[in-house]
Amino acid sequence: MFLEITQQIHQWLLSLLPETAVPYVEMVLIAVVYLALFAVLGLFLVLLERRVAAWFQLRIGPNRVGFQGVLQTIADALKLVSKELVGIKKADKFLYNLAPYFVIITSLTALGLFPFSPYFQGFDINIGIFLLIALSSIGVIGILMAGWSSNNKYSLIGAMRSGVQTISYELSIGLSLLTMVLLTGSLQLSEIVEVQKNGWLILQGHIPAFIAFVIFIIAGTAETNRTPFDMVEAESELGAGFHTEYSGMKFAYFFLAEFINMFIICAIATTVFFGAWLSPFGITDSIVWLGPFWFMAKTFVLIFLMMWFRWTFPRLRVDQLLTLEWKYLLPINLVNIVLMAVLVWQNLIIQF
Amino acid sequence: MLTTTAPEIKSEEYFINMGPQHPATHGVLRLVLTIDGEIIKKVEPDLGYIHRSIEKMCESDSYQQIVHLTDRMDYLSSHINNEAVCLTVENALQLEVTDRINVIRTIMGELTRISSHCLWWGVMGMDVGALTTYFYGFRDRELINDIFEETCGARLTMNYAIPGGLMYDIHPNFVKRVKEFIVHFKTKLPEYDRLLTDNVIFQKRMVGVGLLSKEDAISFGASGPVGRGSGYSCDVRKHHPYSALDKVSFTESLLTAGDSFARYKVRIMEMWESMSIIEQLIDNIPEGDFRLTTNAVIKLPKGEFYQKVETARGELGVFIISTGTKSPYRLKFRSPGLSNLSLLNHITVGGKIADLVATMATIDIVVPDIDR
Repeated sequence: MFLEITQQIHQWLLSLLPETAVPYVEMVLIAVVYLALFAVLGLFLVLLERRVAAWFQLRIGPNRVGFQGVLQTIADALKLVSKELVGIKKADKFLYNLAPYFVIITSLTALGLFPFSPYFQGFDINIGIFLLIALSSIGVIGILMAGWSSNNKYSLIGAMRSGVQTISYELSIGLSLLTMVLLTGSLQLSEIVEVQKNGWLILQGHIPAFIAFVIFIIAGTAETNRTPFDMVEAESELGAGFHTEYSGMKFAYFFLAEFINMFIICAIATTVFFGAWLSPFGITDSIVWLGPFWFMAKTFVLIFLMMWFRWTFPRLRVDQLLTLEWKYLLPINLVNIVLMAVLVWQNLIIQF
Repeated sequence: MLTTTAPEIKSEEYFINMGPQHPATHGVLRLVLTIDGEIIKKVEPDLGYIHRSIEKMCESDSYQQIVHLTDRMDYLSSHINNEAVCLTVENALQLEVTDRINVIRTIMGELTRISSHCLWWGVMGMDVGALTTYFYGFRDRELINDIFEETCGARLTMNYAIPGGLMYDIHPNFVKRVKEFIVHFKTKLPEYDRLLTDNVIFQKRMVGVGLLSKEDAISFGASGPVGRGSGYSCDVRKHHPYSALDKVSFTESLLTAGDSFARYKVRIMEMWESMSIIEQLIDNIPEGDFRLTTNAVIKLPKGEFYQKVETARGELGVFIISTGTKSPYRLKFRSPGLSNLSLLNHITVGGKIADLVATMATIDIVVPDIDR
């Protein structure tokens, strides 16, 4: 269906415009589609987080603006847009203003990589996984810039913690995905999905794949700075951490990016471990337009898992965070890669 | 011989103001921290942001009026504060109150202790990053506040105890509702353990952090759960029983580890003990007067009077010097918060910023109690 629609739009544009102009117009159209997706996802995730939090905390949550509070985040966003952008004396103005864009652009770009359906993927390059990891680590530079330029000691401590945390947990994310790449033999996201037509990778790779998944979800939680790894903004210690000095829409950028990053981590897990747009056991694979539904369903189950973490666990201390990574996750990860290699070598993969 | 010297990297200690507006300082406490990276070098509490000179005000108030001021000290154990002043005045007048008054005062005091610990537990979780605990703590605290509201009309600043008895008799529903609460809380308190106490991350944050030896606890004047977490047996209810506390049997919650986790556990144990005390008293509240007739203007005999009680935070002492007039010549509160805060620097130096926040939560600071 997506293919037909895109073909029709393509033909329609060709009939209107000269052939050289068509790709540029299409690029803009795709960008608009992804921006819309970004905004809707961000707003929906904020609402979802608040409702899930309320559910965990014996509360009701926002339920007054619109049906069951669906318009609450839109109202909040409008409020943030209309708020004053408070400037700071002695701040590094250039970095201070640049930081939010760094954070938001990387997460927006990463969104374009996911195979929501065989015909709904922004760009499918042969180093997809690699690019995703690279993009997710650029985001932290934005956080470092924000903390450094704010001229605030709390922000600075938050940013330094963020640097330490990301450098450490990048390793785990990379290595756990590398484990899965051993199974697929490709870094291209569409091919990774193709391989999973014989069963999701978490089933194909069974034990090592499951270990890799657990490590990935732990490291992913750390990467997105969520509890129990929310050192960066540790509310009870640092006030608001790196974004203490940001107000209005600049703050909203950080806030949105945080939620989109959570979506990105869960979407990576969905793509690599749970077969992206493939339905469970291929029950509806013939109906292509259900692809995005399955993709979103799986991603939101994982997002719920991460929200569950957040509203249940206390926060780790910064040295315990590093101990967990360097003394436990990293060695386990290295052994796991060897295990997976043996699995692939001896052909012990389960295929359906 | 060639020697290569690495370029010297200089690191500096810097200071940070934690508070007076900071989520972890529970009010308007200002801590001046000297830190080296993340490691705490020195903690200097700076007080006075909420000083209302309560002790000075007491010198021009009548004894009935003083009771009302004590609500505003440690507002989480307001009833116990009221009781402390009432007991001092009654002792000075050598007024024997009826058993009914004693029993009701003790039940209200223990309910206050549970409600205070509920709030502390919620905030404790928040300080270590688990926000959900706050709402669990408040769920159970609300029920106690409802009982208070029904009994005396106030939920926080109670003014229920007055010199010579109680402001009102208990509400007809009181016994029933307290029993309902005990049944409810017995099922909910294990939930606290499941949610927070047994959590691995929480234990990692608590065990072995903020160590306070028994000797230090005594020399810093620590009292309440802070002292008892270090093995210092200092429960006033046990050693100098007041009101109806000599009629009940309970064990003093005492742990010897002296770390943050011990202080945490002591408070959880105290909630169980308080429930047991209430259970022993609630079924047979004796008949009798709920208020003895006193003079409209109470004049204490000339002399010095001291009475101490156990609030949710520790030992509260009331010292009155009377010259025989309607107001005290001098009144001094020995508040548990101030002496407990004084050991903060001692137990947090060398830890991380996160440890400071967690340790401060286990000391259970109420700033108006420190500043008065």
